[in-house]
Amino acid sequence: MARKISIKQAINEAIDQEMTRDPSVIMMGEDIVGGSGSFGEMDAWGGVLGVTKGLYAKHGSRLLDTPLSESAYVGAAVGAAACGMRPIAELMFIDFMGVCFDQIFNQAAKFRYMFGGKAQTPVVIRAMVGAGFRAAAQHSQMLTPLFTHIPGLKVVCPSSAYDAKGLLIQSIRDNDPVIFCEHKNLYAMEGEVPETSYTIPLGEANVVREGKDVSIVTYGLMVHRSLEAAATLAKEGIEVEVVDLRTLSPLDLDTVLDSVTKTGRLVCVDEASPRCNIATDISALVSMHAFSALKAGIEMISPPHCPVPFSPTLEDLYIPGSDRIADAVRKTLQKGKK
Amino acid sequence: MPSNPFPLSKERLLEVYRTMRTIREFEERLHVDFSRGDIPGFVHLYAGEEATGTGILCHLGDGDRIASTHRGHGHCIAKGVDVGAMMKEIYGKKGGACNGKGGSMHIADLSKGMMGANGILGAGAPLACGAALAAKYRNKGEIAITFVGDGASNQGTFLESLNLAGVWNLPVIFVVENNGYAESTSRDYAVSVDSFVDRAAGFGLPGITVDGTDFFAVYEAAGEIIRRAREGGGPSLLECKTVRFFGHFEGDAQTYRPEGEIENARANIDCLKKFAAQVTSQGVISAAELEAIDKSVLALIEDSVVKAKAAPLPTEADLTTDVYVSY
Repeated sequence: MARKISIKQAINEAIDQEMTRDPSVIMMGEDIVGGSGSFGEMDAWGGVLGVTKGLYAKHGSRLLDTPLSESAYVGAAVGAAACGMRPIAELMFIDFMGVCFDQIFNQAAKFRYMFGGKAQTPVVIRAMVGAGFRAAAQHSQMLTPLFTHIPGLKVVCPSSAYDAKGLLIQSIRDNDPVIFCEHKNLYAMEGEVPETSYTIPLGEANVVREGKDVSIVTYGLMVHRSLEAAATLAKEGIEVEVVDLRTLSPLDLDTVLDSVTKTGRLVCVDEASPRCNIATDISALVSMHAFSALKAGIEMISPPHCPVPFSPTLEDLYIPGSDRIADAVRKTLQKGKK
Repeated sequence: MPSNPFPLSKERLLEVYRTMRTIREFEERLHVDFSRGDIPGFVHLYAGEEATGTGILCHLGDGDRIASTHRGHGHCIAKGVDVGAMMKEIYGKKGGACNGKGGSMHIADLSKGMMGANGILGAGAPLACGAALAAKYRNKGEIAITFVGDGASNQGTFLESLNLAGVWNLPVIFVVENNGYAESTSRDYAVSVDSFVDRAAGFGLPGITVDGTDFFAVYEAAGEIIRRAREGGGPSLLECKTVRFFGHFEGDAQTYRPEGEIENARANIDCLKKFAAQVTSQGVISAAELEAIDKSVLALIEDSVVKAKAAPLPTEADLTTDVYVSY
């Protein structure tokens, strides 16, 4: 039975169902139980935003609060994964990756290849991404391109509750390291989610709105900004197709190329900083593989090349909004071949 | 037949000697082959430190895990990784321990509990904590060991891992192989405490320092802390004071070392000579028995080099395999 739950609840449910199904699934992170060793409520926080609240009561010692010590516990999750467990490590904010990146990109990402295919590292590293929380430069970044760049890592960034549950269950069962990016501004968004367990394959994009005039390729929070733009443009008679990549590595290039071949016009929308990001990557790949299908130059929408600012006024200017996206769509329609 | 005063049977003593001699000859041969230009890349040799790795790892089974360092050949051999597969790997050949994709700094064999040599200094400590955590959930008395040099003991990963192991009471042993040099920088310059035991104490962990060139000293100290870890007594630190017969890497001119230091070490604190003197003086093992092992080890190493040189090179088809489970 499907019912409406939030992305936050969908993530909690995915972890709960996988921990119930598979005893090798364990979870560790800062405050994921919240209250370990204190005299108050044991499960006080359940994660800094309450995503894992209630799991301790069901799964007990398989959830481990950690010291504030990302290198040690993310590395321990990687090591345990190489020794037969399926750990989920929660990094709280993806910005904290800076203090433990070695364990992810030099260790987890490389074991399978560097050891000649004789090792596997089925670890999931969950982290909050994205701006809009008034959390400033060190708690707001969209660092997806950094991880997408590294061979050996898989990178997931869901935009709906349905996708969050199915993609997280698949990520836990996957035998490669997965960076699972959760947009903090989408946690409360609700959607229809089946109560039963299900998976969504990694590397399958989702056409969330069909249209014949312009393709928007995006992921995460920007899916919703793009859908808002598409709704506005529909009133002007412009039919926009919105492709939600869902996983950035592996990349479903076929769905992107199919869409661009149909519409002939492309707008890439990415919340990550503009240089060497997912938008530039998609643009380059489409130029290389479907240049002849393009009727006009590709448009890219990203934040400016600056850190995420604190002041709400500035942060609202920083995050790409539906107006900017709609303008980019109109611009591409005014250019090139008709 | 004289009585055996040692903590191991004669058969086990001969095995230990064979392991240490295999490491020594493996490294001596690599030194020669590297200088001839036969071996690509970076090679860091373990010669001089054999009693440390062997004295610790002879307590372990395949279910016990180790996370090694860039100077990992000795740990691999003492953990039971196939010498032929190691040599092929170092020569960059197909059929090597990692099919030529890892090389000297990344030899691994998970089936033997060898989680990899590691090119990142100090990176093995968190991984070993994870292996120990997995062992704790499995509850079969297995343990994990991580090795660092005196240099990498300064890494945050190592210090954070001491704390995490203490907090989670993990069955993990932190071995500091103190050979006096962090690459070219002396231990006395780069480490702020006089004893690594003090560092362990700072995290509430027991620690002990032993002469890493004395097999029996290492064996007994390691045996005690490993037993404690298996029984749920938690983590410990073991500092082994040892000596590096070669440079940080092959090709290192080592002008930072005082004149005569290596010659003196080879003459007076060679762990293999010490071990041979100890076991032969008690009459438990004869010099002829050790010489027979020396001979068979040399033949094994020669065979591994011949086979490594003859082994096929990887092909372009191998370049992009094993990046992901499937892609």
